[in-house]
Parts: sequence; C-alpha cells; structure tokens
Amino acid sequence: MSVLVITEHIRGEVRDITRELVTAAQDLDGPVAVAVIAKDPSALADAVNVSGVDEIVNVAVEQEEFENDVYAGVVEALAKEREPDVTLTGFTVNSMGFAPAVAARLGLGFASDVLSFRQDGDGLVAERSFYGAKVNAEVEFPGKAQVVLMLRATSWAPAEGSGNATVSDFQAPQIESRARHLEFVDVEQGDVDITTADFLLSVGRGIGEKENLAQFEELAEKMGGVLSVSRPIVDSGWVPNVRQVGQSGKTVKPKVYLALGISGAVQHLAGMKTSGTIIAVNTDAEAPIFNVAHYGAVADLFDVAEELEKLF
Amino acid sequence: MKIVVAVKQIATLGDEVEFTDDERAVDPDFLDYALNDWDSFSTEEALQIRDRSGEGEVVVVSVGDEDAEEAMRRCLAMGADRGIRIWSDALDGADPITVARALAEVIRREGPDFVFAGVQSADSVQAATGVALAELLGLPRVAVVTKIELGDGKAVVDRELEGGIVDRTEVDVPALFTIQTGINEPRYATLRAIKQAEQKEIEVVEPSDLGEPAYRVRRMYVPEKGAGAEMLDGSAENVAQRIAEIVKERLK
Ligand SMILES: Cc1cc2nc3c(=O)[nH]c(=O)nc-3n(C[C@H](O)[C@H](O)[C@H](O)COP(=O)(O)OP(=O)(O)OC[C@H]3O[C@@H](n4cnc5c(N)ncnc54)[C@H](O)[C@@H]3O)c2cc1C
Repeated sequence: MSVLVITEHIRGEVRDITRELVTAAQDLDGPVAVAVIAKDPSALADAVNVSGVDEIVNVAVEQEEFENDVYAGVVEALAKEREPDVTLTGFTVNSMGFAPAVAARLGLGFASDVLSFRQDGDGLVAERSFYGAKVNAEVEFPGKAQVVLMLRATSWAPAEGSGNATVSDFQAPQIESRARHLEFVDVEQGDVDITTADFLLSVGRGIGEKENLAQFEELAEKMGGVLSVSRPIVDSGWVPNVRQVGQSGKTVKPKVYLALGISGAVQHLAGMKTSGTIIAVNTDAEAPIFNVAHYGAVADLFDVAEELEKLF
Repeated sequence: MKIVVAVKQIATLGDEVEFTDDERAVDPDFLDYALNDWDSFSTEEALQIRDRSGEGEVVVVSVGDEDAEEAMRRCLAMGADRGIRIWSDALDGADPITVARALAEVIRREGPDFVFAGVQSADSVQAATGVALAELLGLPRVAVVTKIELGDGKAVVDRELEGGIVDRTEVDVPALFTIQTGINEPRYATLRAIKQAEQKEIEVVEPSDLGEPAYRVRRMYVPEKGAGAEMLDGSAENVAQRIAEIVKERLK
C-alpha cells in the first residue's frame, strides 16, 4: 500500500512526529512518499530524507508557517492526483485543523489517535481507544480506496539514518487562506521548573477542591520534591501552567513521578510516561495511568497523603 | 449574534465492562453519562459572546438519543436559548465525519455567525467532528482555541500548540472554532435555571443523508495490560509506607 506522510514543521524545524510517521509507514509495504509543504521546502529536505523514505514531494506555498486552509488544499490536491492508499499525519494540534476536513470533503476513510495499523487482505485495519482508554477497537474502512490516519505521537521511534529519496515538485493549487498565522507567543517562564526536579508529586482532578491544593504542595516539599499537576488543575486557575505536565504542558522525566488522582489520559501520558519510576494512586482500578505505572495502589489519595505526611 | 454550539453527551466506563453480542460496542448497561467536559467551556464562551453583544441567540445542537437531552438541558440551564437534537439509529456509534454530516444539515439551516465545538470528546478522543463540520459548512476554522477576540469581519484567536506555544491567528468570519478547556470558567447553573431549562425547547430532527461511514468498528476488546504495575495492597498506611520506601530508595 502506498503511503503519503505529511511533514509537520514549525519555525524552520521539522518536528519529531514526522520521522515517527516515517517509521510507522514501514508497517505497510510502501512505497513511502513524504510531502513537505513550506515556503522553501528544500530547506527542510535533509531533515526528512531519513531511512525508509522513497520520495520527497516538495510543495512550495506562500506561507512560512502552518495555516489549515493551505494544508487542507494541498493535501486534497495530493490525494486527488497521487491517490495514496494511506495518508499519515500526527494526532497533533496542526493536523486536527486540516486532516478531518480533507477526509470529510473527499469522503475518505478516516481514523484519529491511531495506535497501530496493518494491511488486512485488500483493506486496512487501525486500532484506537475508546472510553478513556479502557477499551480498544479495531476499525476498518469498507469501500474506501484512500484512508487518512492521524497517528498518536511517541508511539513509534523516529526514523533515523540518511535516506536516498528521490525528490519531486508538486504544484500547489490556488488557495485562499482564511485563518492566517500572525505570531507565536511562547509560554512564560515561571519561578519553578518542574523539568529539572528529581521527584514530582503530581495531582489531578481527583483532589476535588482548590482548598485541598496547599496540602499537596506542602507534602511535595516535605518529601523533597516539587508539585506538578494535570491540565484541569491549570484550567481551573488554581496553579499557573508552568506546573502542567503533558502534551500542552511540560515533558518531564523525573526519577520518581507520584500521580495522585490522575486518570492517565493520552495527553497527560505524553508528558510523563518516560519517567524513571511511576507510582499511581487512584480509586479506579481500571484507570489507564496504571498501564504506564511501575507501582500502583487502588486507594483514596487523601488517606494515602495523610499517611505519607507522617513518614517524611 | 447567533452562535451554534455542538455538544455531546459522553459515556464513561467504571471498572467493569462487557460487550454487545457482536463485539462491536460496549454493552450500554456498563456506561454512565455526562456532558463532555470541553462542551461546558464552548457553551460558556458562546454565552459570554452573546451577552457582550447584547443580543442574539445560543443554540445547542447534539447528535444523540433521547438520553442525550440531559446533557443538552445542562447547557440550557447555563443559559443557552434552545436546543436541536439529531438522531436516527444509524448514528449509534457513528464515526466523527458521519456525525459532522448530521450536524451540518441542521446548522446550515440556522445560518449562524459562529459555530463552536469542543476540541474532542472525552469518550472517543477523535478531535475531528468540529473541523469536519466546518469543512462541510464551508466555514473557516481554527482548532484548539484558548482565546477569542472579535473584530470587524475578523476575529483574532489563540490556538494552543504542543508545549503550550500559542499561535495567534487572524480568521475571517463567520467561522468555526474548536474550543479548548481553560478558555473560561464555565458557570454553574442555579437550581432555578435548571428548573427553567426544562421549559426550553428541544427540537428533534432526523437526518436525511449520512453518506458512507469513514470507518466501521470491527470489534472492541479490553486492551492487553502489558507488564502492568506492581500493585501495592493493604491499608492506606501500608501503601504509604511502601511509597515512602520506593521514593527514598530511588532518590538516594
Ligand atoms: C490538545 C489537548 C492537549 C491537552 N494537554 C494536556 C496536558 O498537557 N496535560 C494534561 O494533564 N492534560 C491535557 N489534556 C487533557 C486530557 O485530555 C485530560 O482531560 C486530563 O489529563 C485529565 O486530567 P485528570 O487525570 O486530572 O482528570 P480526570 O481524567 O478527571 O481523572 C481524575 C482521576 O482521579 C481519580 N480520583 C478521583 N477521586 C479520587 C480520590 N479521592 N482518590 C484517588 N483517585 C481519585 C479518578 O478515578 C480519575 O481517574 C489535553 C487535551 C487536549 C485535547
């Protein structure tokens, strides 16, 4: 099955996800083409000319940075003219802006947050999760000649080595971009840096009320660590986002990560799953955090915290 | 100012699950229901924009069976003006593009100034319905929006990327935004508002043409756990003692 990988880049750098997609593409029998949609695609060519790539397709556009109409227009044209069996994008914020649109417009097969996929007879089967990762499903695409898959990040190792891909040019269609990039605004640096801590005590929505937060900050300090949190705690305005672990927060790799009342959603795991030792406390025995934890306890976090207080 | 908000009643699993006989879905007896987290933020955002503009309407639209009206009533209790529920049995377990087709038919007829959807639903995590819907409606769109500023014929919105980097984006309007959590502080409905919401209208519509599905579920199953965690048993005191040992040992 032929594969088309859509390159993701920001500020002149190709993001890791693109080389992860190249690795994933090897799960089919190929060939593998990589489309680079950029103002100057050739400047990014080296970064995508990795082992496993057969062809690099340069698509020059006016825009330096990602704009969803531009990507939708180009990927649609590529789908129509090149007819790849499978188009791969990351399950990333950029791709969320165009991949579903292309599939909807052209009536293609589509699945997102895909964990694995394989050819099955003439068709394709993809695996994804439902119900807070407690259930997985195999989905198929009956009657679809082309399928768009958005793949979960960090599920495949990034492809390395230097490839010897052929390079071709593809003429971008005329596109009116209705949502235009103005500027990037970087995250403000706070007075804590959770990425350098050896021990993170991390709390999630399970702590219930804002009033409970202080006790965990104290406990973290007492245990010789730093308090970090899942996104809902930041969303509620209880702590600034410098303490947030996950896809839209910080990626951390402490020696010990103690998760209290965190379910283990994909976007949280993205930021902590490579921690040295992960310990999770949750009242739900089936919480997906236990799938990445080294140690787990099905217990009330307040009871455990109260006992921990006495031991440090 | 007319804003349509697409909302979903999500299903959650506890610690037990069984599947339907054909293994293509979870047995509904094992599911609990709630309004999707993201949708309380998108509803709140729509209400604030309506109220600032001083006029207009917020319409919540949902694809779901009769039970989904509970989630819609929550949005109506927050202050949305009316609801439209879309359903046919063919929508049971439907893929996000099919759901978007069902929504598009109804929303096109409403001719809104803005359409909001949540970034994703917590039970399926597809992050696709909103953007597919925008495409079908022919609207400009931005996914994962954390701030909206309305101007003349344009809006400037913040789109939150990985690592928290913000891409400030200028968008032609009318437009569709998929709303990220944390964009505002969703209000709690008062008891009185909840009572009043029971009187608000929810129109029920059957979709006409859903097209071909983008995927079909072949089977559902409980995933392999891998190595899994070593479980610490016993009282909270025992658990804490073991955690303390592990932490002290690893931080040596
Ligand atoms: C584009 C995008 C980016 C995102 N980025 C991030 C990110 O960077 N970081 C992030 O964290 N999330 C992120 N999210 C959100 C993510 O999808 C989840 O919504 C979030 O991680 C859930 O946080 P939580 O585990 O604290 O809450 P929940 O999922 O609500 O889990 C709470 C847990 O607490 C347990 N619990 C409740 N009471 C107790 C008790 N007394 N004792 C023990 N356990 C208890 C429950 O069983 C449950 O498992 C992102 C989402 C999107 C769409």
